[in-house]
Amino acid sequence: MRANWLAHAVLCCGVLLFLLPVWLIFAGSTQLSHSIARGELSLLPHLSGLDVYRRVLLGPGVNGEASVPHMLMISACMALAIAFGKIAVSLLSAYAVAFFRFPFRMVAFWTIFLTLMLPVEVRIVPTYLVMSDLGLINSFGGLTVPLIASATATLLFRQVFLAVPDELMEAARMDGAGPWRFLVDILIPVSAANIAALFVILFVYGWNQYLWPLLVATDPRLDTVVVGIVRMIGVESLTPWDEVMAVATLALLPPVAVVLLMQRWFVKGLTEGEK
Amino acid sequence: MKRREVIAASAGLAVSGLFGTRSSAQSARTPIVWWHAMTAANAEQVNRVAADFNASQDRAEITAVYKGTYPDLLNATIAAFRAGQAPHVAQIFEVGTGSMLAAGKAVKQNWQLAQEAGVTIDPAQFVPAVRGYYSLPDGRLASMPFNSSTAVMWYNKDAFAAAGLDPEQPPATWPGLVSACAQLKAKNAIEVPMMTSWPSWIQFEQYSAIHDLPFATEADGFNGLGAELVFNSPAHARHLQRLMDMSRDGTFRYGGRGDAPENLFPAGTAAIMFESSGNRGLYSRTSKFRWGEAMLPFDPAVIAAPNNAIIGGASLWAMTAPNRTAEEYRAVGALMAFIAEPDQVALWHQKTGYIPTTEAGYELSRQQGWYEQNPGADIPIRQLTRGHVTDNSRGLRLGRLPEIRTILEEEIERALQGEQTAQAALDRAVERGNKVLRDFQRSVRA
Amino acid sequence: MERRTIFPGRLLPAALVAPQLLLTVVFFVWPALHACWMSLHSEDPFGLASVFVGFDNYAALFGDPLYIATVARTIVFCFAVASISMLVALPLAVFADADIRGRAVYRTLLIWPYAVAPALAAVLWILLVHPQIGLLGRPLDRLLSLAGGHWDYKLNGGQALLVVVLASAWKQVSYNFIFLLAGLQSIPRAVIEAAQVDGARGWRRFRTILLPLLSPTLFFLLIVNLVYAAFDTFGTIQAMTQGGPAQATQTLVVKVFRDGHDNGDLGSSSAQSVVLMLGVIALTAAQFRFLGRQRH
Repeated sequence: MRANWLAHAVLCCGVLLFLLPVWLIFAGSTQLSHSIARGELSLLPHLSGLDVYRRVLLGPGVNGEASVPHMLMISACMALAIAFGKIAVSLLSAYAVAFFRFPFRMVAFWTIFLTLMLPVEVRIVPTYLVMSDLGLINSFGGLTVPLIASATATLLFRQVFLAVPDELMEAARMDGAGPWRFLVDILIPVSAANIAALFVILFVYGWNQYLWPLLVATDPRLDTVVVGIVRMIGVESLTPWDEVMAVATLALLPPVAVVLLMQRWFVKGLTEGEK
Repeated sequence: MKRREVIAASAGLAVSGLFGTRSSAQSARTPIVWWHAMTAANAEQVNRVAADFNASQDRAEITAVYKGTYPDLLNATIAAFRAGQAPHVAQIFEVGTGSMLAAGKAVKQNWQLAQEAGVTIDPAQFVPAVRGYYSLPDGRLASMPFNSSTAVMWYNKDAFAAAGLDPEQPPATWPGLVSACAQLKAKNAIEVPMMTSWPSWIQFEQYSAIHDLPFATEADGFNGLGAELVFNSPAHARHLQRLMDMSRDGTFRYGGRGDAPENLFPAGTAAIMFESSGNRGLYSRTSKFRWGEAMLPFDPAVIAAPNNAIIGGASLWAMTAPNRTAEEYRAVGALMAFIAEPDQVALWHQKTGYIPTTEAGYELSRQQGWYEQNPGADIPIRQLTRGHVTDNSRGLRLGRLPEIRTILEEEIERALQGEQTAQAALDRAVERGNKVLRDFQRSVRA
Repeated sequence: MERRTIFPGRLLPAALVAPQLLLTVVFFVWPALHACWMSLHSEDPFGLASVFVGFDNYAALFGDPLYIATVARTIVFCFAVASISMLVALPLAVFADADIRGRAVYRTLLIWPYAVAPALAAVLWILLVHPQIGLLGRPLDRLLSLAGGHWDYKLNGGQALLVVVLASAWKQVSYNFIFLLAGLQSIPRAVIEAAQVDGARGWRRFRTILLPLLSPTLFFLLIVNLVYAAFDTFGTIQAMTQGGPAQATQTLVVKVFRDGHDNGDLGSSSAQSVVLMLGVIALTAAQFRFLGRQRH
């Protein structure tokens, strides 16, 4: 069929558009750093160069500081803390806004909402000052807590909760369910797909942070892997391109794995609220 | 959900707890933090310096921490100071010197630090071009010279030979360079005859110094905050016009700001590359051809014998913070004195390609036979020490100089695209740059 | 939209909102107020001296033709990124939603790039398009030089803008793909089947049935993409061109960052932040009004 042929052609082009550049990074990781710097990057990986992965994983680490596995662990802890923290905090506040009436309810909602998209560059100096007053500079808390404050998730949960039919709530109250049981037994299971979708988005968000960790964590043992990669791309010095690309490939794996493993819920969880 | 969050958070706490115990175990010695912007091999050398210092005494324990690029580092230092958390030592690039001098009680200038710490750091021990850049008008040192470089001309000897040029006689003047580039192009010896990194630093700041032309009034800003930019003189405009002409002929290709084009030299794309002398390590490891290092060319129509070039790189500033003890400042002073010891200066110079900042370090390297083993490695220091330092070759002491560099480069880019003449580009850059200088003057007077 | 049944009580909901509100006030509201305050002052970078200057910073901003040009450039840039990334994602989503063999595989292969970090995307694009070391840049340069031109985005402003637009749009395609796919899947099958019974196929089916039903998703994505292009492309631009050549790729956020971070001009940078905040608030309000109208 003509239409099918067209569909396959378009989709294949789309797939290539994304696979090729990323393949380039993987292929580059197995080649000699010097030839990459000279522009002799080849699309074919050199199998003999796979040793670079052993080197970066078992080696002493960038600049002799934190090792690559350690940076990966920090990234993972940070991404998980941000994802779970954000989901918990915004689930609760969306629950309050959607299922309760209380004074200044909408003021609270709009306060959260209007500050939604303040770019990090805008608030970096004052936020840093707050962190230091709270004694959170150079700590895992400092790395994560300010990033937990965001309204995207609250907004999405509110949408989902508003779509929950009144009947469900009435039935639950008839059964004598209090607010807490309603949340745990009914609301959370009902919005499981949304939570999963948010988890994917927030995990990726947390994993890919760069500017904030660079500023707030002066202890190299708190370096994330993205910071580590940018750090390896030197100024006025020799860039070990093969190692940079190997670490970049490794850094890509966890978020890609999360996206792929949760793919089914990911797409589903984004639609349910809007129906 | 909640439980998992708690688990994640406590895992994080456990991680930070681990780190906490490690640093408190070292509390017998005064902990000192040194923020730097060095990467790769140079970062290893910073760590080596720190380890050597720690081994040399038992009262202080220094930790060297990478904080990003020079601008990142300057900004992080400022943010940390405002938060009362400044590091003890910050490596600030040379163009940040003007801003740091206006930082008042945020910093402890080198002379003051040495006094308080009871160590001697004699300004006279430093090479004049280095000393001039980092000292006050009366000769006292404001910051500690550390990694200093200068700009040089790297050239590909194989390409020179292929074009029928003498590989051992690189052109010393701009007219000679222009004709050499034309020959490289005509003989098709290489893809691009000439490129430059750091357009503002090399083609304008260095150019002004070696031709004894003022870049700004008030002795390039050394005599006061009221300095005005004057790099739109006919001589400067002629130089930009020369670059524009070469760009049109295809003998010069613009490669971007900063060190963006640096890798095109070892790649064999460009026959001549203007770059920092600190690139020696990089080029010796990555170039697969014979190459040479030469002094910056000069224009005989402007000056008969070129003056000294100025430095780039960075120096170390002692930062203040509330509750910082005399013992901490003492340790910082001890570190500064340690860094200036001849064997440290020589080792740093030989391992990184930065110049020896002290006469003694230079002398020691000479005695060790470093320059016989590495021909050309003394070109940068010779270029910095030739002639005598004038008001136009001491360096630049201008607030917000990084911004002025960007402005100049933006206008150069527009001129090279054919959107404006050389003179118009420099006039506009001067006008925009002077506005920045006035803003800076207002903000520090406030 | 309000629900009829609610839980009683005041203390519990207040306690539930408290953590979120606290984080918002500490990390968003307070810094925002601080930015407003700083925009009315002239201050040295170290914060040692500060003087009230009224609206001088704003006046200087809007009196600067380069700032006005940056505003215009940002608008062009944002719409270019948003429309390219949506136009690429739309056919991919429509075809991946169709009944074709292997569509699950296609979907997987199109969703995962969502995980690529912006910092990495820039590195990757440099390796592709750099005129001297890039895999595509080198042949392109040779091709253009046949016509007497050059592929040189480090000097040619138009080419530079093209490169950052493409790199930024590339990063956003899979995000749009995911949302469009989700939107398509939420269209009831019955509607599509009914259209097929009426003989609507291919392009006509897409134009008359799918497109109208997708329009809320498209509008939502347009807003999200505009905000993405305005703010989240910073890392990509900074890594690829730093806003140059000249100011050809300087967007408002690049300028905020440059003036505040690199240049230490906190007064002007804060004023620019305040202007940006107002822009975001206006955009968000527009979205809400539109969504509100849709629902009623």
